[in-house]
Amino acid sequence: MEGLTLSDAEQKYYSDLFSYCDIESTKKVAANGRVLELFRAAQLPNEVVLQIKELCGAKRLGYFGRSQFYIALKLVAVAQSGLPLRVESINTVKELPLPRFVASKNEQESRHAAPYSSDSENQGSYSGVIPPPPGRGQVKKGSISHDAVQPRTSTDQQEPASPVVSPQQSPPASPHPWRKHNRHPSGGNSERPLTGPGPFWSPFGEAQSGSSAADTVWSGHSPPPPQENWVSFADTPPTSTLLAMHPASVQDQTTVRTVASATTANEIRRQSSSYDDPWKITDEQRQYYVNQFKTIQPDLNGFIPGSAAKEFFTKSKLPILELSHIWELSDFDKDGALTLDEFCAAFHLVVARKNGYDLPEKLPESLMPKLIDLEDSADVGDQPGEVGYSGSPAEAPPSKSPSMPSLNQTWPELNQSSEQWETFSERSSSSQTLTQFDSNIAPADPDTAIVYPVPIRMTPSKIHMQEMELKRTGSDHNNPTSPLLVKPPDLSEENKLNSSVKFASGNTVADGYSSSDSFTSDPEQIGNNVNRQRSHSGTSPDNTAPPPPPPRPQPSHSRSSSLDMNRTFTVTTGQQQAGVVAHPPAVPPRPQPSQAPGPIVHRPVDADGLITHTSTSPQQIPEQPNFADFSQFEVFTASSVNEEQDDEAEKHPEALPVEKSSDPASSLRGAKTESKIEEKTAASAPANVSKGTTPLAPPPKPVRRRLKSEDELRPEVDEHTQKTGVLAAVLASQPSIPRSVGKDKKAIQASIRRNKETNTVLARLNSELQQQLKDVLEERISLEVQLEQLRPFSHL
Amino acid sequence: MAVCIAVIAKENYPLYIRSVPTENELKFHYMVHTSLDVVDEKISALGKALVDQRELYLGLLYPTEDHKVYGYVTNSKVKFVMVVDASNTALRDNEIRSMFRKLHNSYTDVMCNPFYNPGDRIHSRAFDNMVTSMMIQVC
Repeated sequence: MEGLTLSDAEQKYYSDLFSYCDIESTKKVAANGRVLELFRAAQLPNEVVLQIKELCGAKRLGYFGRSQFYIALKLVAVAQSGLPLRVESINTVKELPLPRFVASKNEQESRHAAPYSSDSENQGSYSGVIPPPPGRGQVKKGSISHDAVQPRTSTDQQEPASPVVSPQQSPPASPHPWRKHNRHPSGGNSERPLTGPGPFWSPFGEAQSGSSAADTVWSGHSPPPPQENWVSFADTPPTSTLLAMHPASVQDQTTVRTVASATTANEIRRQSSSYDDPWKITDEQRQYYVNQFKTIQPDLNGFIPGSAAKEFFTKSKLPILELSHIWELSDFDKDGALTLDEFCAAFHLVVARKNGYDLPEKLPESLMPKLIDLEDSADVGDQPGEVGYSGSPAEAPPSKSPSMPSLNQTWPELNQSSEQWETFSERSSSSQTLTQFDSNIAPADPDTAIVYPVPIRMTPSKIHMQEMELKRTGSDHNNPTSPLLVKPPDLSEENKLNSSVKFASGNTVADGYSSSDSFTSDPEQIGNNVNRQRSHSGTSPDNTAPPPPPPRPQPSHSRSSSLDMNRTFTVTTGQQQAGVVAHPPAVPPRPQPSQAPGPIVHRPVDADGLITHTSTSPQQIPEQPNFADFSQFEVFTASSVNEEQDDEAEKHPEALPVEKSSDPASSLRGAKTESKIEEKTAASAPANVSKGTTPLAPPPKPVRRRLKSEDELRPEVDEHTQKTGVLAAVLASQPSIPRSVGKDKKAIQASIRRNKETNTVLARLNSELQQQLKDVLEERISLEVQLEQLRPFSHL
Repeated sequence: MAVCIAVIAKENYPLYIRSVPTENELKFHYMVHTSLDVVDEKISALGKALVDQRELYLGLLYPTEDHKVYGYVTNSKVKFVMVVDASNTALRDNEIRSMFRKLHNSYTDVMCNPFYNPGDRIHSRAFDNMVTSMMIQVC
């Protein structure tokens, strides 16, 4: 083997590598183990490696002695340069770059190579390199290369640690740069910013003891050195210069220590960072950050004012624009000061940026400050975050916690405040953080939103009133009438309480008009309408407004009155009856005895039809005092609902009648209501029958009507009268029923049912009213057309 | 939705100006520049200190047939000028106010950044994003 002449850099590098491979310190390296890894890291084809080995004479010796190793390395460099492998090339090629090794371990070496050879090379090599346990090998090398003895020793210490580090990928390049930097200062290699982590670690290890001392010195210049160390300052000679300056300014030891600390921090950081999350701060890193934080602000719970932070981060030599962006990202609460978490995030971002990572547009989750309660920063979190993480801590999602366990460690102090704002999950709604948070809260219960119309009985009838009251209290549905008229679907969906519907239905039944009025008046807001209508509209069931027969004058008929006025109420009663009729079958036992009177009242009215109705309704009626109405309504609703929903069947019967009544878009609500009711009842009855839910078979007429209404959901006008009749019947029948049942439970159930019925009824009423509205509009249009036709003549 | 948003410093030089790219932006710049006179007129007319939020919002500065210019001034005499399309009738005064409020908040955040020197051009990405959200979406 001819003599091997190596340049100084090569010499150093090779010696480092050799030391790295020479774990046994036997001055000869076996062909396996590190050497192999090294060669593999050289990324040379196997045959080349074999050739190298042969050339260097290792094969002869069976191992790699130092010289052989050196030769091998040189050959590797030759091979990597693309030159043919020749023994002569060892010495002939003068400008050979240092061999590059790319493997994890080799990273270090490569890194080492870089520093040794040229900075530029290094930059390239390790930026892409995974942060392998570089520290180790490099530590060694670093130690070798560096003048400081400490590094060396510490390197040894570090070495065992380095393997751990290798898996660390946290900002992959970052460890390297750090190391490099560290080495730099430690070794005073102004030319080699990237000397590699090794030296850093070692010094750090050593420096640990002296860290305290170092810290003091460190504090003086720590920010810069660490930053530079960590960040790939190495890239820029100026950086290294800076580093050199620092060492210059600081004792070597101090530098070493600082470097060491940085290294250690890096090491730690590297080690703990997970592969997956490049933004995650490892424990070591965090520890380092915390230490740095302490240098600026001893109180971990305190803030770093913006100016101090600015100085600190300016030392990192990042462009102001980038620093500004980093600040934007990390100042979570936009208060112009950095908490520990924010500081760590900012520092981490700086490091990452230094290592070549592009800054994210939004703060990564792992960097979001978990802290929420910033006692000091009163307005923390109040400020809208522009980028998804507004300051409102309230929103901080818990997601952050898992991502920053290390933060948690240091956090306890910071998290004194009770509120633990969780980091935002990258939500970009800035000022809406609070709102977002709120939005997280379960939205209002739709049920509550859907206030079924309180079955307001329009008719002042006592029974109705009672029912209404009950209903109102019980349910929001206000469609005493509407239930009948209102579309079942609406009601049914909204009807939490069947009773309400029932109620409504009952109401309609009772009043016929009153309920219908309610329906008509407020088709949309079932409940509201019901109430309102109740007050004024006698013709509640009018919703559907089948062109009612003679307009029902008094909307304010009380149930009782309505009952009395069976004729007038015939419509209603018819409806009611229908409802009632329908009700019994579908309506579950009416709860309120109070309601019962209603139904009962109705019952008698429509004895014939209602009887059957009542027969069924009794079950229902007992539950509801307003059974009478309800039954009708139920019948209606049931009929109508059946179409849409079966559960509301009870109400439908009543609703149907109502619906039917409402369908006709007669202007005379009252009349219509009544007629509708009648029709409804009739319709509902049939509808019920059709549905099968209306056991009540109100008089066949009502039943038929019911069916119609159900089918059409718009009872014909002619059914109106029938409905009223049915309603009347229902009304009559109703009263009798409630009395029978006076149990609370049943009463409740009845009331529920009533409410539901009312709802249904109101819904139907609503629909009917809508229909009426349509009709009216059509009429209006026709009238307008006529007017238009007439107009030309006017010009004449 | 604005077509042009500008932040003018106290000394009446622009800190940030951004327009919808499709138009002849110079025209907007000119409009903003001329509207500064109106702004000065309005703020000088107010003898008392501008402490009231309402006074911060100057309202419509100058309407043209195509555009309307709205103004807003902060307590530190930093002016926000917004040019909106006159055809956008749906834009109500309240909306303009809210847009200015958002602008003001974002500007405050930019100010809080220690790396920002008052008087520099505003390069904040967050500010840019916010302004983008307010600009007319021109496909």
